[in-house]
Amino acid sequence: MNIEGKKRIWSDYQKEIADDHFFYVRSCIRQSFFPGSEQFFLHLLRNILGKDVYENPGHTTCTGIGYHSDIVPSATIMTVIARHFALMKESGYKNIAISCVTSFGLYTEILETWKHFPEELEKTRDYLFRATGREFDIPENVAHSSDIIYKFRNEIAQKAKNFLINKSTGEPLNIVEHIGCHYAKMFPKTGVGGAEFPNVLGGMVDAWGGTIIDYPERRHCCGFGFRQYLVQANRGYSVSNTAKKFSSMKPYKPDLVLTNCPGCNMFMDKWQYTIREMEGTSFGQNGESIPVLTYEELAGLVLGHNPWDLGLQYHMVQSEPLLRKMGIEFDATDKYKTKDGKQMPIPENLINA
Amino acid sequence: MKKHVVVIGGGVAGLEVAGQLAKAGIEVSVIEKESKTGGHLNKWYKLFPDRRKSSEVKDYLDGITLNKGIIIHTNTTIERLNRNRSQYSIFTSKGKELVADAVIVATGFDLFKSARKEEYGYGIYDNVITSADLEEMFRSDEIVLSNGVVPEIIGIVHCVGSRDEKVGNFYCSKLCCVTAVKQAIEIREQLPESKVFCFYLDMRMGGAFYEELYREAQEKWGVNFIRGKVSEASETVDNKLLIKVEDTLAGRPLKMKLDMLVLMAGMEMSEGGRHIAGIGGLKTGENRFFSSPDNHTGSNKSNIDGIFYAGTCTAPMNITETISHARAAVIEVTSFLTSMKNQDE
Repeated sequence: MNIEGKKRIWSDYQKEIADDHFFYVRSCIRQSFFPGSEQFFLHLLRNILGKDVYENPGHTTCTGIGYHSDIVPSATIMTVIARHFALMKESGYKNIAISCVTSFGLYTEILETWKHFPEELEKTRDYLFRATGREFDIPENVAHSSDIIYKFRNEIAQKAKNFLINKSTGEPLNIVEHIGCHYAKMFPKTGVGGAEFPNVLGGMVDAWGGTIIDYPERRHCCGFGFRQYLVQANRGYSVSNTAKKFSSMKPYKPDLVLTNCPGCNMFMDKWQYTIREMEGTSFGQNGESIPVLTYEELAGLVLGHNPWDLGLQYHMVQSEPLLRKMGIEFDATDKYKTKDGKQMPIPENLINA
Repeated sequence: MKKHVVVIGGGVAGLEVAGQLAKAGIEVSVIEKESKTGGHLNKWYKLFPDRRKSSEVKDYLDGITLNKGIIIHTNTTIERLNRNRSQYSIFTSKGKELVADAVIVATGFDLFKSARKEEYGYGIYDNVITSADLEEMFRSDEIVLSNGVVPEIIGIVHCVGSRDEKVGNFYCSKLCCVTAVKQAIEIREQLPESKVFCFYLDMRMGGAFYEELYREAQEKWGVNFIRGKVSEASETVDNKLLIKVEDTLAGRPLKMKLDMLVLMAGMEMSEGGRHIAGIGGLKTGENRFFSSPDNHTGSNKSNIDGIFYAGTCTAPMNITETISHARAAVIEVTSFLTSMKNQDE
């Protein structure tokens, strides 16, 4: 493996990422499945890095899941996204920061469509104006929120309290980075590092002290894939894809899987539980499963935030093995308490806890 | 007064043109960007279909050009190309001005840069090499992996950078199939215990004795040909290569572990050719090679009077075709110079 070869490819795919003044659009499912991620992103940018980030309460779903399920037609999704751009214009922002990879893929796909088919852009302007009386501008900068953390990875490293190093051995942690397909596979130029050897998460891992694992099924789908999962009869196919991926990474003894897509995180996390129940198979060391975190959660750990404030307990695979390796102190009794100290129900049969 | 022709490029076409013009009594200068002439011949070990040594063809070209009064400017590129009435001023990177009555562009081809097919990991994975790298190994008589071990299972990918919309090359490079067959045989000759798999889109064996070579590869050397495009390569934990390919004849996807993967890099318009096209106002086609006003009857002609083409700067060609095209260019140039002379008189 020649890292210089990768660096050469990365140099071909360096996108421009805005430095400040972000119009932030949330994901539908991230808030449910790993609720600390978006909250910490806002805290990190606003309070730690001192950036201006604005959220408009009028922002809605992009309808991406409906679009990929053939329920929402393209003219409709274009108009919905045009409305988001209109909200951004009305709020006085030009740089859009997108939390969800599915949404990011759709924003980039639609912008690319408008570039090649300007008549579609004009039609969308007309639909939006007739429906809402709103007008919109094309954003000056389009970034996924992982792009933004990548941009500020070195600033985060400078403030780090915990590095991605096994405290007992002093060795870098072995980390699998899994990039959502819709981040760069459709338009490699829209992703840091391109589509074949993306570096958006790898750059964070490198800056924070870990080692990236390059395993044979690195490019393979996480197992989500809208049609694989949304059609109930296809779910066996979804699980088998995830199993293929984890079987391929297992010999490299990963300590962590890091993702930038809500679907990937959810499926790589939850299907590990499913496969364990179906076959009794686990993919980590010593019979454990591999924690699957978002880049915001990992940034939070690196910066020394309480893992339960980051919401790590809401994953199916628990993160305690990772926390111990990184030497992060935590109070297990606080894990399922609310902010005001009330005890919540404790889930049974937690993996890795 | 002798007419003077400047030949841009000292590869197979350029040297053949220069030798034939000199034989006809024309003053010739050759401009070559490298330190020595011969072009890609210097890198190739043996040639298809008969596997003669490439050095024999180089010897022939040296024989018709050395000590024949031809001035060869090596390590030299062209900065400007101006037309002054019926002559051309060529300003070189060494500060010289050459005045020519005609110019022959023989800038050849560049091998497709295989790193552009990112999915194969050339330049990243240790044992992914190109057809040119393999020729170097043949020359040194040592086919080994990066760790010095002899490979046992070797895959060859056809059409790397050819017939590929993703890299902007729709055309067929024409020579990669037969190169793959030749190299597969040579691997089996040098490593009789090895297994060789060629992954092809379809076998284009449209040259004299190519089909015979293809048959020999299968019948005598046991080379396996699988119809399907390799979609990606990756490295395994034991430092082997894992490829994914669709076997389109069996109608099923295939995964295979290999020790070495050889990429059959296609042919592209050379960087030097693109430079000359830019400074000379010469037209290029959709495939980015030089285009002529008439593909059938005037493939040596350019869009500018007095500037002619020879060889693979116009399209992928084998050596036989390149030599023929170069000789045709000589006929066009001498005819042009004769008409110029008649006009002068």
